[in-house]
Amino acid sequence: MKSRLRRLDTTALVYLALIGVLIIGAVLIATTGRNFFSPGNIRDILTGMSVLGFVAIGQTLVILGASLDLSVPYVMSLASLVAAQTMSGDDAMVVPAVLLTLVVTAGIGLANGLIVTVLGVHGFVATLGVGLMLKGYLDTTYQGTEGSVPWSFQLFGATGIGPVPISTFIMLALAGLVAFILVRTRFGHHLFAVGGNSEVARLSGVRQRLPLIGAHIGSSVCAGLAGLLLASRLGVGSPTVGSQGSYDLLSIAAVVLGGTVLMGGRGSIWGTIGGVAIFAVLDNLMSVMQFNPFLKDVIRGLVIIIALALYARRRVIARRVRFTRSPTDSTTAAGPAPDRNPAPDHERSQG
Amino acid sequence: MRRGLRSAIGIASAGALIALAGCTTDPSVEPAEGDGGAQEEAPAEEWFDQEVYDKQFKQREVEPEGPDDKPYLQMINPEMKDTSEFKSEGGKKMCFANASISNPWRQTGWITMNEQLKELKKNGVITEMETRDAQDNDDTQIADIDYFIAEGNCDGFIISPNSTAAITPAVERACKTDKPVIVFDRGVETDCAVTFIHPIGGFAWGIDTAQFLIDNLKEGDKVVALRILPGVDVLEQRWAAADKLFSEAGIEVVDYFAEGDPAEIKKVVSDELAKGDVQGIWMDAGDGAVSAIEAFEDAGKDYPVMTGEDELSFLRKWKETEMTALAPVYTNFQWRTPLLAAEKIFQGEEVPSEWVLPQSPITAEDLDEYLERNEGMPDGHYAKFGGEDLPGFPEVWQERVIP
Amino acid sequence: MNPRTPETHLGDGGLRRLLGRAADPRGAVVVLLIAILIAIVVLNPGFAEPGALMRFIQRVSPVAIVAIGQYFVIVSGEFDLSMGAVVTAQVMTAGHLIGEDDSKTVPVLIIMLIIGIVVGIVNGLATTLLRVPSFIVTLGTMLLIHGAVMWWTGGAATGNPAESFRQLGRGGFEGLPILDLLPYAVLILLAVIVFGVWISRRPFGRTLVAIGDNAEAVAFAGANVWRTKTLAFVLSSLSATVAGVLLAGYAGVHPSVGQGYEFTAITAVVLGGVVLGGGRGTVVGALIGAFTLESLFTLLNFTSVPATMRDAIQGAIIIAAVAYSGVVFAKKRKRPAASANTTSANEPRDPSTTSAGESSPIQLTGGDGAARE
Repeated sequence: MKSRLRRLDTTALVYLALIGVLIIGAVLIATTGRNFFSPGNIRDILTGMSVLGFVAIGQTLVILGASLDLSVPYVMSLASLVAAQTMSGDDAMVVPAVLLTLVVTAGIGLANGLIVTVLGVHGFVATLGVGLMLKGYLDTTYQGTEGSVPWSFQLFGATGIGPVPISTFIMLALAGLVAFILVRTRFGHHLFAVGGNSEVARLSGVRQRLPLIGAHIGSSVCAGLAGLLLASRLGVGSPTVGSQGSYDLLSIAAVVLGGTVLMGGRGSIWGTIGGVAIFAVLDNLMSVMQFNPFLKDVIRGLVIIIALALYARRRVIARRVRFTRSPTDSTTAAGPAPDRNPAPDHERSQG
Repeated sequence: MRRGLRSAIGIASAGALIALAGCTTDPSVEPAEGDGGAQEEAPAEEWFDQEVYDKQFKQREVEPEGPDDKPYLQMINPEMKDTSEFKSEGGKKMCFANASISNPWRQTGWITMNEQLKELKKNGVITEMETRDAQDNDDTQIADIDYFIAEGNCDGFIISPNSTAAITPAVERACKTDKPVIVFDRGVETDCAVTFIHPIGGFAWGIDTAQFLIDNLKEGDKVVALRILPGVDVLEQRWAAADKLFSEAGIEVVDYFAEGDPAEIKKVVSDELAKGDVQGIWMDAGDGAVSAIEAFEDAGKDYPVMTGEDELSFLRKWKETEMTALAPVYTNFQWRTPLLAAEKIFQGEEVPSEWVLPQSPITAEDLDEYLERNEGMPDGHYAKFGGEDLPGFPEVWQERVIP
Repeated sequence: MNPRTPETHLGDGGLRRLLGRAADPRGAVVVLLIAILIAIVVLNPGFAEPGALMRFIQRVSPVAIVAIGQYFVIVSGEFDLSMGAVVTAQVMTAGHLIGEDDSKTVPVLIIMLIIGIVVGIVNGLATTLLRVPSFIVTLGTMLLIHGAVMWWTGGAATGNPAESFRQLGRGGFEGLPILDLLPYAVLILLAVIVFGVWISRRPFGRTLVAIGDNAEAVAFAGANVWRTKTLAFVLSSLSATVAGVLLAGYAGVHPSVGQGYEFTAITAVVLGGVVLGGGRGTVVGALIGAFTLESLFTLLNFTSVPATMRDAIQGAIIIAAVAYSGVVFAKKRKRPAASANTTSANEPRDPSTTSAGESSPIQLTGGDGAARE
């Protein structure tokens, strides 16, 4: 019970930060004579959230498993092309195209997962390498935007209920599904266990490879969904649309901003969504205020560092309490980085 | 629309939601007219397009119409279009969806545009220009345009598309507001904009540069082509034209992508020089041109025949080395024209539906003149920026004040 | 906790050493490097001439120096993603402040060094005292530094810095016997290597490796973790500063110089057998990794591989090299494990622990430590 409270705290802190950013945004935007909560502005924020949200949900999975996925931008581009080319403007091909895209991206995820687990290559290097291979393939095969998306599929990106885009609903539904999987299924528990402490997980009989392979497949499929959304918004497939947004690093930043520990084993999907929302609101605010684009990067960088410094301070305090309560924990989970927390046993105990 | 909706309902999971959305759909989002727009066939695999090539080939020779001292108001083969429907009094608010200012060419143009804006504000023509910068991201630019439509209170739109096909639907939505839409630099696949402002184009660049190299080289000579990155139409067209001409003339050519990074360019050129002699350098944009020349210096080889761009770093190095060179121009002063076009449109004056600006390279004869005109400018400045008659000249460009 | 530098790998003597060298991933990278160099020479015999070789080393110097700097950070279990932005910032600073004025060279160099030190301290303190993961801290500083320098210069520096400054990266002693020419960059690289090897054998370097292996243990042993790590970050951004000075000379000033250097450096370091997550690797390994990577690019320039396929080849080679070293380490661990405790006995079934496991919190202190003699 008590540990549940603490987890709520981390996510709650993310949403507190989000509310803070929202208030600052509303006030600053009001000074320009605009309404922050107008339908057009809300749609702008939520649209910005959707794409990064899909990617970040997947990225959360791999980060929980103590890996990383740097290949997402290229997976997104490839997904947009596979979808747009398969559809080729034909309504009837929408479903096959979506399925094919998901299969292709799942295949890439499987490759990532196998390289990480079976070949034993660090996730950073494995996905960087796979990403480069995909980039080479995209650059060689495609000479620009290709394919075309029928109107029915464009609705996915273009329609909304009131100011809320359909894609946001789907993204939130996916977040709900993944959150459920993480908390309620064996796969989820094992992923937390492997990410938190793979040795202990192994000793307690958890197969280490499967959860991590699953997480990588999940990450690539989520990036594939983001690519589908982009194809729907662009109306075409584009070999550069993924790398245009540097979604790899931004999604990692959003996940960590959402309270998930980069070393794995601890975090939540809803925190990630909060992190994505903070970025989206911040971007919207800076765009409405017409900030110089270079200054935008400066502010993004500052926010990332300051926000995480604030979280981390809180986590340090939380850990000190834990140390006094269970000194044995600190020796089992001693890790290379001092900021690494002992894997919280409540999450593992769910397994 | 209804047919589209029906199929959409077929998408299992989202079906119900979309049907519901039918009643509350965002009014600015509608399908393209008829079967046009995004329903078109997939674009061709190759960038080379004989028809466009021939057109641009001819436009290079055309004497532009318009005032001699204001190249940014000149036009080639204009087909004038009536704009009386937009005629109205009073100061206007323009909304500018910019692709990015991530390279020196776009930065220089953006500075010029803002100086032009100050001028028009002073005259009361335009009261405000709201700008959103998409930072090279198609998706962001689409959202930017939708935001302007919903919240901008815009009297007119200026759009510098990040990419051609992807931005087309958003530009069509902007046109549906019945406010004037001005597109410049890269094009879109719709002619709903009041005017599309651009220099002659990528093929013309490729023709000018390749022709120059061919004229100064002989059959069997080797040219190294330094390119920025693949898949960008304005750049690919430059290469498509040049590549065709080189192969016709029997010039051996190898191409590399160096992203305009001088370190990468120097490595590539050094390795080519280690393999054997190189007689020519061709570039699809001038970034890093100087390091390519320095690679020849460091290897102790004779200077190549070279085409760069009108970036001052290259012009200065050219002058210093007295090499055989040509500086093709992707007309930077086109950044002034959209605001001036807006002025004309609100006054109900005719504008060309496709406003083709002159695009003439800087040759050895012009070199001194352009160096003199741009004295004191930073290396990343573009010689044909065309802002000499604006009040901020020259400090604003010298200091590179980016708003 | 016995902080050992992995040099001891090679110090066993006899047949075992020979086998060890061939199987050692670092040895494998050396084999790969030699193979690539031979291939280059076959394609282009002129490459083997001393002058050409010197030019090649000159060209690799910035990457090699950055890789050595990144080594210190990675071996302590951290990342430095801000390197590329620091290189860009330093190049732009040099171009913007020095201009054609030779007398400004020294003051501006001092300013650049101060910038480098400050960035390192910020990265280091945020990572250690504020306890923000270094991946995120340096991602933040990357955005911050790049944005700030672009904002300040308007995206284009005034021009190339004075020739005297550029000579550091571009010039050298010419007309020497045998060598033909000796670029200053090669001398600077040598100095950095000597310094890097020296400091990695000092208590600082050993503590750093130990921290990467098990920070808590090092802290319990009384070492000052935060100061040591912060110093590693300072070394890293100083190496980016030196690389910036060399690149401003070698290539000239442009905002795209330095782009992607953080990934190049990390790739080089990893190729050289340094393990992400820390605790294992050497300065010389990082150096060899950098040379391997750059000679691979050179080889691609000499073959007629389509320009667009380069990335794909680079990606495949990185994965293959790291996978190979992972498998070799797993095999190496097999031997002692067979006779060792029950913990290790399970390990042969799971080679993934070598690398994927490295990133996870537990450092396999028992079995792994035993396996690494």
